[in-house]
Amino acid sequence: MTSVLIRVQGLQKSFGRHRVLRNLNFDIEAGTSVALLGPNGAGKTTLLRILATLSRPTAGRVTIAGVDIGANPEGIRQYIGLVTHAPLLYDDLNAMENLEFFARLYGLSDAEERIRDLLTRVGLYHRRKDRVRTFSRGMVQRLAIARALLHDPPILLLDEPDTGLDPQAAEMMNDLLKELSGGERTILMTTHHLERGLEVADRVTILSGGRLVFDAPASGISYGELRPLYDEYVGVGAI
Amino acid sequence: MIPSRRTLNILNVLALAGMLVAIYMAMIQAPFAINLTETDRWAQRIIYFHVPSAWSSMLSFLITFIASIIYLARGGQKWDIIARSSAELGIFFTVAAIVSGSIWARPAWNTWWTWDPRLTTYTIVLLLYIAYFMLRNAMDDPSRRARFAAVYGIFAFLSVPITFMSIRWWNTIHPVIMSPEADFGLGPGMTRAFITTNIAFTLLYFTLLANSVRLAWTVERVAALRERILQVH
Amino acid sequence: MKAYFRVAWAVLWKDLRVEWRTKDMFTSMAVFAVLALLIFNFAFELRVPDKRMVVPGVLWVTVAFAGVLGLGRAFITEKDRGSLSGLLLAPVDRSAIYFGKMVANLIFILVVEALILPLITVFFNVPLITLPLLLILLLGTIGFAAVGTIFSALTVNTRAREVLLPILLFPVLLPVLVAGIRATIGLLEGDTLNDLANWVQLLLFFDLLFLIVAYLTFDYVVEE
Repeated sequence: MTSVLIRVQGLQKSFGRHRVLRNLNFDIEAGTSVALLGPNGAGKTTLLRILATLSRPTAGRVTIAGVDIGANPEGIRQYIGLVTHAPLLYDDLNAMENLEFFARLYGLSDAEERIRDLLTRVGLYHRRKDRVRTFSRGMVQRLAIARALLHDPPILLLDEPDTGLDPQAAEMMNDLLKELSGGERTILMTTHHLERGLEVADRVTILSGGRLVFDAPASGISYGELRPLYDEYVGVGAI
Repeated sequence: MIPSRRTLNILNVLALAGMLVAIYMAMIQAPFAINLTETDRWAQRIIYFHVPSAWSSMLSFLITFIASIIYLARGGQKWDIIARSSAELGIFFTVAAIVSGSIWARPAWNTWWTWDPRLTTYTIVLLLYIAYFMLRNAMDDPSRRARFAAVYGIFAFLSVPITFMSIRWWNTIHPVIMSPEADFGLGPGMTRAFITTNIAFTLLYFTLLANSVRLAWTVERVAALRERILQVH
Repeated sequence: MKAYFRVAWAVLWKDLRVEWRTKDMFTSMAVFAVLALLIFNFAFELRVPDKRMVVPGVLWVTVAFAGVLGLGRAFITEKDRGSLSGLLLAPVDRSAIYFGKMVANLIFILVVEALILPLITVFFNVPLITLPLLLILLLGTIGFAAVGTIFSALTVNTRAREVLLPILLFPVLLPVLVAGIRATIGLLEGDTLNDLANWVQLLLFFDLLFLIVAYLTFDYVVEE
């Protein structure tokens, strides 16, 4: 048996003639958290959407715990939590109702307690009866994370969870992410924020022009070393 | 499924020959209908154009339907190209059928337009496939365009027979004064011309489809090549 | 199978709750329907010997146009906040989402019809609220919602989505309108449902066929 949880082999994705991902290959071991860095348009979001079974690869193979995600997408979805730029929440439902709705989609039986617990953890319990429409960006983002954690997924995919947050909310997010990455969970997180990536992740990768151009353990590299590398790769990739 | 140039050449020659024979059969060889005035006798010959056009249009949309199903089931850009090319030809033949029907209706029924079930159905069909192309044009991502068009192509084709039945039943309420069948009783010489023209139009359809598919395929290849050249630098 | 119904039910319940709060779809459909009835009233007032003769057409045209207005909004709420992706993450076959939204749309249009019917009865002085007519209206509306829901999901991802939906929808829905209008004429002229059996069958066939086709194709409409 292997400790590899997510295996990506020869992954390609094109939108028409525009090739977003070109031949990606990497493994992610169970229990690690990986930061995926890269400029806008590098294909980070596309990669996460493919892993979450929202998007179908043009070519190549993705397996999770050895199971091809195309073969049993319904089964895979039970084990994945996703946070994207868009919160995937309903403005006209309150925090509680949003989570109740998603709990029903996942078929959770003891949802009540779990929802209360999660709302407390993301610091929104006192606002549980307020419509999401009235929330600030940071609050929406925290609720989105609570939504992604609802079914306690072993794999968490985070697409720039820190974008557009004020410093205080970003700090809160940081703590939350560190807490999440501490356990058994496997995390793949995209970010522009190099420092945060280094702080939270065990492994740092750079995606540029649809290719993985850098991959190293986070412990072996400092921000001062990573920054020039990143600028160089991104500069080359951005054309 | 992408025809070679050689196949195209053979098809082109065959279709041309077929159409020449069809014109001869329709205009010269087929006897005049009896019991008709001088004008009506000539007008009656439009059947050799009208019915094959109508048949070819339905064949086109059937091929679009089948290609759409195969595209959804198996993928492959060529099936999308076939579906699109065939729908284009379908619109062309539908317009031909409607216009020729209208021209014939003028001397035969003394009106350019009637809400006859066939004519009405064809008008709806025309609208369905105009909508099909409007949908295609409203999207930029080619794979999404192909998928959405395929879904609509399936819905559109399946609705046609139901539309036809509904209009037909509607008309039975008000007595049908004019029935096309009454005018279309064919003698032996006419049957021969009728079958020949239908075969010729079918051949014409497949030839146009083959040309159109190959052209679209070539355009795609050039564009893909251009993309690759631009990436090397 | 249980999970499938649970998801469809959750989506339906969510849509009803959101609509109950915002009344977005209902308000636009209802106001439009009342306006249409007023305009029809003036259009036929002087020229038609008896206004009652045009009631079947007025009923179905109003339902069709008001309905397409509401359907146009059905997936916009999902699109704007990206919540459709949230739905698609549910660990079940995606057609469950289609059925949930389809039934929600069906209910919204039925509610608007419940408003239109008494109004037509009053404005045009025709007793419309009979059991056979309600059945015909229900069958027609099911077909409308079945095709309309999937086309709404198609057009929400296109340019000019508001314009495109009716253009895609109406030619496909023509048999429903023809059957609906014809059966309504029959009922107003004293036919029984037995006399109109072929229309009822046509509507049933249409509903069943396109529910199946939508079930089979919905996945292709929402995936990337």
